[in-house]
Amino acid sequence: MAQLSYREAVSRGIAQEMSRDERVMLIGEDIGGAGGVFKTTGGLSEQFGRRRVVDTPISEQAILGAAMGAAMTGLRPIAEIMFADFFAVCWDIVVNEIAKMRYMTNGQVTMPLVIKSGNGGSLRMGAQHSQSVENWAMAVPGLKVVTPSTPLDVVGLMAAAVRSDDPVLFFEHKGLYASKGEVPDGEIVDELGKAAIRRPGKDATVLALGLMVGRALDAAEELAREGIDVEVIDVRSLVPLDTQTLLTSISRTGRLFTVEENPRLLGWGAEIASIAADECFWDLDVPIHRITTPHIPLPSADSLEDAVLPSVDRIVQDVRKGVYL
Amino acid sequence: MTAIGTQHEYGAHPIVLPPAASTAQDGLDIAPALRLGLYRRLEELRQFETRAYDLFMQQLVKGTSHLSLGMEAISAGFGAAMRKDDYTFATYRGHAHTLSRGVPMAPVLAELLGRQNGLMGGKGGSMHLTSVEHGVLGSYAIIGAHLCVANGAAWSAQVRGSGQVTVCFFGDGTTNIGAFHEALNYAAVFSLPVVFVCENNLYMEYTSIADITAVPSPAADRAASYGLPAIKIDGNDVDVVYRTAADALELARSGGGPSLIEAVTYRHGGHSRADPGKYRPAGEVEAWLAYDPLTNYRARLTRLGVADSELDGIRADVARAVDEATEEAKNGRLPDVESAFTDVWADGGSQWRN
Repeated sequence: MAQLSYREAVSRGIAQEMSRDERVMLIGEDIGGAGGVFKTTGGLSEQFGRRRVVDTPISEQAILGAAMGAAMTGLRPIAEIMFADFFAVCWDIVVNEIAKMRYMTNGQVTMPLVIKSGNGGSLRMGAQHSQSVENWAMAVPGLKVVTPSTPLDVVGLMAAAVRSDDPVLFFEHKGLYASKGEVPDGEIVDELGKAAIRRPGKDATVLALGLMVGRALDAAEELAREGIDVEVIDVRSLVPLDTQTLLTSISRTGRLFTVEENPRLLGWGAEIASIAADECFWDLDVPIHRITTPHIPLPSADSLEDAVLPSVDRIVQDVRKGVYL
Repeated sequence: MTAIGTQHEYGAHPIVLPPAASTAQDGLDIAPALRLGLYRRLEELRQFETRAYDLFMQQLVKGTSHLSLGMEAISAGFGAAMRKDDYTFATYRGHAHTLSRGVPMAPVLAELLGRQNGLMGGKGGSMHLTSVEHGVLGSYAIIGAHLCVANGAAWSAQVRGSGQVTVCFFGDGTTNIGAFHEALNYAAVFSLPVVFVCENNLYMEYTSIADITAVPSPAADRAASYGLPAIKIDGNDVDVVYRTAADALELARSGGGPSLIEAVTYRHGGHSRADPGKYRPAGEVEAWLAYDPLTNYRARLTRLGVADSELDGIRADVARAVDEATEEAKNGRLPDVESAFTDVWADGGSQWRN
């Protein structure tokens, strides 16, 4: 058992899979010799060589095209898109090619690839290097989407993503890279499509993702002091979505809150709210409430970014208000 | 000094005429049997595309389609030069490239008709023809991306040491999108076994490539940017295409890296089913129709002593095969609605939740 940082967990997970399967390759900008701009791929080039850990030009379409073509012909690549915001310059290959190829060819092609990317805000990087874009990916049939919130989940979900025969978008939260957690020794393999109950509770269900999981847990501690017992669920996987775990909890507590870092419109919580409204409406005691970033680009100044991302205070206030409705 | 704005106005381009018919290439060292095979392929592509057009007119083919009429020599020449396990990446104008790898006509026609016996069960359509077992790793309908994807297949072959070469076809219009430049640089940097083939038919869609491109030869003039030689060939001469293809494939297979080939040609019709091609100047279309890859090739074979009866026999064989393929396609049933819900995922299904 070791204390690993979230960023160390990324390279641990990749190394585990590259050691196991020589078809696993890693490509991206600055990932090899430099160890990655977020240092999530440190040591991999030395361990596996430059044939398998490939430093590319700043060419996101070329990177993802290479990953796709390789996945179609026998390799199992992991590609890095440095900041998730940069998906916008190669979204054609993700959405129109990678996501649809198997379907359009009537199953002739399999697409075992992972695209890892630094997602999310809180690092004062402004509107083009802070976005949470997992809901973009969630909207496209053919993509699996995961967002780990702990070092242990990073390793296990990376393994699950690499072993999946479907394309997986693996969103690392940039605000969590320095965070630490226990990671057992030995091989760790998790499962796509499983949410995790981080804190059991009976009064309200709070769903969160990535950086927001910790904030939801902190809010739950505060609310516990007031006698409000909150269940916090780390959704972890948007596609496939573990609706059973979510709906079971919502039906039991009768109150649903989502904590979403994405801007408001069509955030992932909107889909879950819709599913809950369809399938457990009569179990709900109060209206479903979404706690999101407002529908604005993220500002750069620390005071402004803190004011708009869902905060522990905002979660406490909104949940308290909902519970006492 | 000519202002860029004048030189590059819509319709400002001069008429581009084909080269004069010549016997200069008759002596290329290509075996007689191979030449007959090339002739058969040209006939097949010509007659298939003509039939596809007729089926549109009968409203049996829905949606859109992009024909290779007039451009057959490029896919035919490459198809003959490629190894069985090489990879093809084609565009939305990909019927000819698919057939040139040996994919039978019936499933391709059935795919155009949206039938269950189509190459992809009716789920892909004219613009996405794919037959992995024949090395056709897809037809891609959005300009540019597939050059990057072709690199990936080439990378995989390089890693696996399989000796396979990837051939990626695209049109002149593609040379102006960013992915083209990303892909060429990437292929050159990693010395990938890939051959990029620009089918320059002089029009991107409804606009002359000359009107909106900073250099006269949209692919060849860009080759130097990636440390590659400028290769520009007569794309209407199947023997020239075959020879050029064989050289580029050999170079890639022996570790010499990528090639970029610009093959100049002309489409007999418009860009797609919806386009009558009226933007092309008088005189140009007629001249290119007269410089036809099929007619020219037949004339060459005649000069080389092949009997008319043999060539007529091939033509008739192909006509019969196209008729049979048409019947087989038309007899296919409509796909089961359930098939719309298969193969989103590798497990065969479309489930996104539990």
